[in-house]
Amino acid sequence: MSLPPVGLPHLIGLSGILFVIGLVGVLTRRNILLILLSLELILNAANLAFVAFSRAHGDLSGQIMVFFVMIVAAAEVTVGLAITVLLSRLAGKLNADEMRNLKW
Amino acid sequence: MVTAAGPWIILFAPLAAFIGIVLFGRKSKPVSAGLAIAGMVVSLGFTLTFFFHSLHAHEAIETAVSWVELPGLTLEFGLLINPAAILMALVVTGVGLMIFLYSTGYMAEDSSYPRYFAYLSLFAFSMLGIVLANNFVTLFMFWELVGASSYLLIGYWYEKPSAAAAGKKAFLVNRIADFGFLIGILMVWNLSGMGGEARTLNFLQLEERLPEILHSGAVAPGLLAAIVLLVFCGVLGKSAQFPLHVWLPDAMEGPTPVSALIHAATMVAAGVYLIGRVFFLFWASPEALAVIAAIGGFTALFAASLALVENDIKRVLAFSTLSQLGYMVMALGLGGYVAGTYHLTTHAFFKALLFLGAGSVIHALHTNDIWQMGGLAKKMPATTFTFLAATLALAGIFPLSGFWSKDEILAVAFERNKLLWAVGTLSAAMTAFYMGRVFCVAFLGKPRSHHAEHAHESPPSMTVPLWILTVPTLIGGFIGIPQYLHHATEAGLHVEFNLFVALISTLAAVGGLGLAYAVYARGARPGLKGQELLSRLAVPLSRKFWVDEMYSWINQNVQQRFADLLALFERFIIIQLCVNGVAKVTGLAGSLLRTAQTGKVQTYAAMLLAGLGFLLYLNLK
Amino acid sequence: MIHPALFYTVSALTVASALGVILARRPIYAVLSLVLVLFGLSTLFVALHAFFVAAIQIVVYAGAVLVLFLFVVMLLDMEPEALLRARNKTMMGVGILFGLFFLGQLAAVAKALPAATGKPLPGTTAAIGKLLFTTYALPFEAASLLLLVGIIGAIVLAKKKL
Repeated sequence: MSLPPVGLPHLIGLSGILFVIGLVGVLTRRNILLILLSLELILNAANLAFVAFSRAHGDLSGQIMVFFVMIVAAAEVTVGLAITVLLSRLAGKLNADEMRNLKW
Repeated sequence: MVTAAGPWIILFAPLAAFIGIVLFGRKSKPVSAGLAIAGMVVSLGFTLTFFFHSLHAHEAIETAVSWVELPGLTLEFGLLINPAAILMALVVTGVGLMIFLYSTGYMAEDSSYPRYFAYLSLFAFSMLGIVLANNFVTLFMFWELVGASSYLLIGYWYEKPSAAAAGKKAFLVNRIADFGFLIGILMVWNLSGMGGEARTLNFLQLEERLPEILHSGAVAPGLLAAIVLLVFCGVLGKSAQFPLHVWLPDAMEGPTPVSALIHAATMVAAGVYLIGRVFFLFWASPEALAVIAAIGGFTALFAASLALVENDIKRVLAFSTLSQLGYMVMALGLGGYVAGTYHLTTHAFFKALLFLGAGSVIHALHTNDIWQMGGLAKKMPATTFTFLAATLALAGIFPLSGFWSKDEILAVAFERNKLLWAVGTLSAAMTAFYMGRVFCVAFLGKPRSHHAEHAHESPPSMTVPLWILTVPTLIGGFIGIPQYLHHATEAGLHVEFNLFVALISTLAAVGGLGLAYAVYARGARPGLKGQELLSRLAVPLSRKFWVDEMYSWINQNVQQRFADLLALFERFIIIQLCVNGVAKVTGLAGSLLRTAQTGKVQTYAAMLLAGLGFLLYLNLK
Repeated sequence: MIHPALFYTVSALTVASALGVILARRPIYAVLSLVLVLFGLSTLFVALHAFFVAAIQIVVYAGAVLVLFLFVVMLLDMEPEALLRARNKTMMGVGILFGLFFLGQLAAVAKALPAATGKPLPGTTAAIGKLLFTTYALPFEAASLLLLVGIIGAIVLAKKKL
């Protein structure tokens, strides 16, 4: 069996699919922790695109960017999880549908 | 120094007094009266320095600050001092000061005394603004201020419905007139630019430019006449000329010193003064002048006839004021600038004196009806003597001040228009008659009421101003006012003393007084023979020729219908559709939009996505 | 670039794991699925010669970040979530709609992509490190500051009493 060679469009396509899956997760998950998890998925989709472009253009800056994305993700997860813990401690629940404090 | 700051001090001293009274004198009678009088004294003092300065230096003094500066529109707030303005300012501050002093006695028992003096100061300020203004806009501002403060003063006893109504009437009638005046001002503004220069409303610049503009033929004579007549509209209102005279008799509802102030020295004089101030403009349109002279002559005769049968002493004087103002307007309409202004000055003195004398009588008797008076000559000698002097001056008896100024007017009329001369002479005779009637009925004969029997002379605070005002009333014809006024403007006619005219007018005056004495002296009362003859004639007169009734008919049947229509429009279109409609649409939009606010994070995330998607779409399209 | 067989195998595994992340009812399975996604991506990174990134993907992401997630999951003892079809239908519709829209846009972009230029460079630790400490020194320092802020923030938020 002979498959066509894999190029940039394939990688971008995979990145896109992962992104959309993450997106749906962000919108539909009810547990705040899992919303955060879906966000990680989106970030990773972006990372893949960066690396693919970096490879295609022979420029390592894309990979540097992935490095920074990971740092930002780590910081975000740290604070996000702290907030999650705090929320469960204060409200006793983690259901995003039941949190409507933005509307008074 | 004096020439730079002086005009401003003259103008603003009464305003400062007004503010001072409002801030510090609301509880204290002496403080409020003292402040008001101090303000007038300061104004009078500075006016006098200008007067003495102007005796040997005739050029006008102008001082102005820029007020509004826009491309194509420059307005200034400025003062212009020339002989006519100084003379008028002297009258305003001088007569005004006497009235202020008199008021301290007349109003001594009044409960809201400080308010009274605050209004008086405000009024004096407004009037001085008219006198000193150097352009139409500044003048118009003070013109309206006079209207507003006269409203306050006429309606001073606002608990009385008639006083409140009179104040309202004066204000509204003046507003109608001022509307025409405003249009006139705007047209003058337009006219001033026809020579190609920047437009202006400054009196001096207008006077300078007007001949060129007229010479260039850019203005049709008809248009110029229309402009002049529109400006004259303002005069119609303030100087209460026919057909806008109706507010003035009602204005007698105010306290008597206020009547004196409004009728003698200030408000009504403002109209005549305005004609004098911009006489160059009026002089340029002979057609308009003819109309003005006719209106003046008619008002003089009309008002004099109304005064013949009036029984209220103040209203007699009010009609007399109307009549004399008609005289002045007629004189100015005939081109007699000096004559008109001269009469304005002398009239201010003796009319103020008459009103204050009448006030003294009213103060003593608590009635305005002349048939409740009588025999006051023995009880109130000072009032009687001063009132007599003023009566004779008003009637035009040689050599009192009124003789000279009235004679000057009649001489001008004799030269220009024989018909108006006859009208003037006839109304002079009528003037003499009704003044003689008032004097005979009120002061001679026997007391006709309980109050009249126990009348006492008024306190010195009231009689001293009377005596002071008597001096210019007696000698006003000899102090050279016409010569002084000749420096004010070059426009207008100058006539020599005319012996024939003087003789005729003296005859008319003496005849009128004699007739009055014959009819009314020695215990005359209503129902006497002469009185009955008059009373038949008197029906249309005592109803003032139904002018008021006509106006109220127009009000009810024309204006009110129109107002009802507008009220409907307002209720349904404006309120229901515009005001409530806007509110309803806003509320509806709000309740629609609030559904978007779920308070859920994920909804907001979706909206964020929508925005992002839209931007991407725009970017990649 | 990458051998097709490897790419498709790894891709299928990654997408399946990603679906697991959003479909799993129990949080712990979701987290473990994400670990699988990360491994799959890491494989692709190696195939793309991004060795350093692949390494920290495993060490930092899978080893540290997701372990943190696991800790929280166990700490809070969360109940299993409803099935996908029991979840918010509107939101799912919106998400899928936008997702397809974005995919469409992406396809438009991918079609117009310029041909690859330049020689592919291997992303070794040495190469990345050199770039990081020269050209990107300032963002690198800024990133360290961000991490510091994150640490302090987490402590402030999580502690009951300071």
